[in-house]
Amino acid sequence: MEKFIKLTSSVVPLPIENIDTDQIIPARFLKATSRDGFGENLFRDWRYRSESTPNPEFVLNNDKISGQILVAGKNFGCGSSREHAAWAIHDYGFKVVVSSYFADIFKNNALNNGVLPVQVSETFLNEIFNQKEGAASISVDLENQKITLENTGKSETFEINTYKKYCLINGFDDIDYLVNLKDEIAEFETKR
Amino acid sequence: MGKTLFDKLWDSHVVKHVEDGPDVLYIDKHFIHEVTSPQAFAGLEKRGLKLFRPQQIVATADHNVPTIDQHLPIRDALSRQQVERLTENCEKHGVNLYGLNHPYQGIVHVIGPELGLTLPGMTIVCGDSHTSTHGAFGSIAFGIGTSEVEQVFATQCILQPKPKSMRITINGQLPSNATAKDVILFIISKISTSGGNGYFVEYAGDVFRNMSMEERMTVCNMSIEMGARGGFIAPDETTFNYIKGREFAPKGEVFAQSVAKWKQLKTEDGATFDKEHTFAASDIQPMITYGTNPAMGIQINRSIPTVAELQDASEEKSFLKSLAYMDFKPGQSLINHPVNYVFIGSCTNARIEDLRAAAKVVKGKRKAENINAFIVPGSKQVEKQAIEEGLDKIFKEAGFELRQPGCSACLGMNEDKIPAGEYCVSTSNRNFEGRQGPGARTMLASPITAALTALNGKIVDVTKEIA
Ligand code: SF4
Repeated sequence: MEKFIKLTSSVVPLPIENIDTDQIIPARFLKATSRDGFGENLFRDWRYRSESTPNPEFVLNNDKISGQILVAGKNFGCGSSREHAAWAIHDYGFKVVVSSYFADIFKNNALNNGVLPVQVSETFLNEIFNQKEGAASISVDLENQKITLENTGKSETFEINTYKKYCLINGFDDIDYLVNLKDEIAEFETKR
Repeated sequence: MGKTLFDKLWDSHVVKHVEDGPDVLYIDKHFIHEVTSPQAFAGLEKRGLKLFRPQQIVATADHNVPTIDQHLPIRDALSRQQVERLTENCEKHGVNLYGLNHPYQGIVHVIGPELGLTLPGMTIVCGDSHTSTHGAFGSIAFGIGTSEVEQVFATQCILQPKPKSMRITINGQLPSNATAKDVILFIISKISTSGGNGYFVEYAGDVFRNMSMEERMTVCNMSIEMGARGGFIAPDETTFNYIKGREFAPKGEVFAQSVAKWKQLKTEDGATFDKEHTFAASDIQPMITYGTNPAMGIQINRSIPTVAELQDASEEKSFLKSLAYMDFKPGQSLINHPVNYVFIGSCTNARIEDLRAAAKVVKGKRKAENINAFIVPGSKQVEKQAIEEGLDKIFKEAGFELRQPGCSACLGMNEDKIPAGEYCVSTSNRNFEGRQGPGARTMLASPITAALTALNGKIVDVTKEIA
């Protein structure tokens, strides 16, 4: 897994609540047997009007807006457990997703793929959405668990599990950790 | 102070607590299917690891399978490849597979319980959010991502922070026309799609006690739709009777010993939950959804809320976006609204009792001209049973198509899709934009409501049709 320590980037705003994983990546694109290439179909049905005509009103098709930080409305990533949603976000080039609430399974999936979910207050989120089109820039400092909206200097601290933080900063993943516990796990099995 | 059942089950499966981190949770049963497993097998091989406990894994093919002509090769090349990959992976790694055309094949959350693989007190995971279904047996069952599937492959454990606990209690007698599906749609409409975020739910009270196992599965299935990790119901005689004699269930003396153990699986008096909700059974009526998340549900004979009636003013924008997608207006009644598609299927409502309920409604009647109605049994065994009971004939005479088992039109992944702009009254669990196919408009309801819609070609007031 890639390491994540600090990032400053312009943001891609998506001020919609309850974005479910069927919107992030519709089911018909889940047929691959590898983890690559899902970015192409990220938000597919919002990005395209028909199977091939891009929707010029959708933010990913706006030339003036780009960045490695996706900012979305409350309860991001609800619905299906498909990790393909996290892969699509990662593959598209996002390193951070900011929202005022994340669904549990999505949060785990994102962290397992080096994408940092940053939960901020409703007020902070609205402040990002209120910036001029294409103007918002954010820095995320994982070490200090701090997110700053560069335009206004406003900042907030965010929560992250200490273990997960350690994993991200060092680029470790859960399997490395668990595999080292195999003896303990086998012992647990015999005791129950 | 007493312990909750959730605490008892969780704590007894913790191998180790990571300091300032999650728990290492031991998993008893791991179900897999073709969509969320290939990358996990590939990841495992890339690390040079083997399956740690292959005998605790059970596989089936359900999401990507066609529901007609299952004996023929799958036409869509990518779907076929994914299903074939599952077969290869299972052969190579020694995993039991109930694949296409096997008499035990079916939707993963239907076959686990019916084969006696799902048992009380277990921890159960699957790379699928509706794994919560298995909670009906008093087990901790929840959906996981593919990286986590790989963790379980490699170590039979998963790293999970312990969720908080919530109890939802419903006492009293349900009105005779309200089904388990109406109960869970009602709960979600009250709690919202994120109200259960971070929690594991225990369903308690008369209503759940009085339910059959299949009804309990319908309820637990949709726990995830309020954001909860899962939901369960403490096991009782209904549970034990259901399990008894099933293919892989414990037998004879071992069964008796298991039952004695399972009887201990209860929340103790005085145990406290992080959150409690209580509802009255008498308030629950047949429900239907009008929007694009499962919490956007109403009693079928009431109107869609107006903007002023929204519980939370900040929801206005997403509420209106959702209604625009559905082409409904705030304050509108759904009664008499035309519908062209009816889908009875999915891991929520494709068990034999669901098919019986639908058959009872349509028996001797004929679907409306405009309706395309298909019924997709949850498994080969459900299909077989339906045919043995003659339900297939009832459906056929009524103009319904009885298909072969699979996830079908629950998600727009296989060949069964609802065309853009069309309304579908569906017994599945998700009405998200495009869930049943790009542009499809889904309205979630019970099998009875779905069957009545098919007969009438439009939404009808179920409360008047069924006393
Ligand atoms: S029936 Fe639908 S919800 Fe259930 S496992 Fe299949 S796709 Fe998922």
